[in-house]
Amino acid sequence: MDMEFIRNYYPLYVEAAKMTIVIALIGIILSLLIGLLCSMIKKLEIPVLKTIVNIYIELSRNTPLLIQLFFLYFGLPKLGIVLSSETCAIVGLTFLGGSYMAEAFRTGIDSVSDIQLESGLSLGFTRWQTFLHIVMPQAIATSIPVLCANVIFLIKETSVFSAVALADLMFVAKDLIGIYYKTDEALLMLVLSYLVLLLPVSLICTWIERRARYAGFGNTGTVSGN
Amino acid sequence: MKNEKEILKVEHLVKSYDKGDPILKDFSFMMNKGEVVVIVGPSGCGKSTFLRCMNMLEPIDSGKIIFKGRPINREGKNAHEIRQKIGMVFQSYDLFPHKSILGNILLAPLKVQKRDKKEAEQEAEQLLDRVGLLDKKDAYPRQLSGGQKQRVAIVRALIMHPEILLLDEITAALDPEMVREVLQVVLELAKDGMTMLIVTHEMEFARAVADRVLFLDQGEIIEEGHPADFFAKPETERAKQFLNTFHYEAIDAQA
Repeated sequence: MDMEFIRNYYPLYVEAAKMTIVIALIGIILSLLIGLLCSMIKKLEIPVLKTIVNIYIELSRNTPLLIQLFFLYFGLPKLGIVLSSETCAIVGLTFLGGSYMAEAFRTGIDSVSDIQLESGLSLGFTRWQTFLHIVMPQAIATSIPVLCANVIFLIKETSVFSAVALADLMFVAKDLIGIYYKTDEALLMLVLSYLVLLLPVSLICTWIERRARYAGFGNTGTVSGN
Repeated sequence: MKNEKEILKVEHLVKSYDKGDPILKDFSFMMNKGEVVVIVGPSGCGKSTFLRCMNMLEPIDSGKIIFKGRPINREGKNAHEIRQKIGMVFQSYDLFPHKSILGNILLAPLKVQKRDKKEAEQEAEQLLDRVGLLDKKDAYPRQLSGGQKQRVAIVRALIMHPEILLLDEITAALDPEMVREVLQVVLELAKDGMTMLIVTHEMEFARAVADRVLFLDQGEIIEEGHPADFFAKPETERAKQFLNTFHYEAIDAQA
């Protein structure tokens, strides 16, 4: 193991990791927003939009991210739309993540009984307010484990970005191997980089899951009567 | 508006589910402010459906529902404003599990009516005190018994100052010993002059609380009258049979 090599080149990984974090963060936030929007459109059964959402979800979930990226980076320019590597990465990640997040929210929404919606309506809430104040808070709490799993999944998916010439972690590793033939060192640093990125995320997710399950709902207290 | 006292009127209401046989057939009905009307009848006779139609939770096939002189319609733009004046309590209480008791009660006054938080909180505490649950205000629904939850559900409807309260079999999911604590609250409301339309299987309670009893069977009003008359000497054969099902021991003893 060439420690000298590792010392010299780890800053490249730090730079690449920073970029991965930024792109993943933007992609995940956009995915959550799109997912939330899509799940609401599906639940409120808005005509036309509902069909578009269904097509999008099937298209996105049944094609690999790599192929989606190729389409964005190599296909679209032929139609006159040229996107930078960064834009492709964010759009691709969002396109993929949006559908996964939508399905995660949908399971949560489906777990809230219709009579909760009716209770809201009978108190004078509009459908939209009922959704916002009564259905969604309960739905999100149920969805959190799946949402967290999706976040980790999406961060891992960033490893294919090198395919569209983005200087991410994978790209740096491949580059170093190509130039210096230091395969072991380059790959070790790659694995460690992803671990350093993902371990804290996993831990935070576990913490959030536990809080969502126990806090706020009074589940820890005694249950008396029926 | 011809009758100032009239609060709710139904004209020729027809309602069916999924284009099947109508569950309510040409239903007409009227009630005045301050009146307590109790609907009784066998399972599946359409009494809960009727109540749900009054709150526009169900689409109707034809007919008119008139609240305070104005026809109401669930597709109407102001449906949610009218629902604020029509309180409803369900059989399964349906408190919001993610909110504390106080949070459950305050959600609609704060978000829908945009009331002052202090003032609404004060009223919520007064109402909770009235139903004997002030000490539970910071608890969560899961920590309450069925009877307690149902009393909270009543308070949650009352704080909106509804002009009429619809109660849909509110004790049907409760253990017998909890039925009383809930019905006691309703009896007190009646004494205070609350206008209520009640569906129940508790005949003793119906007799005690009602100004008028409607007996429903197969989507039609079969008999209507003062509770004293209805329970003592029902006029129709079907009402007699129905009331007899509540006295099976007596029948066995006679036979």
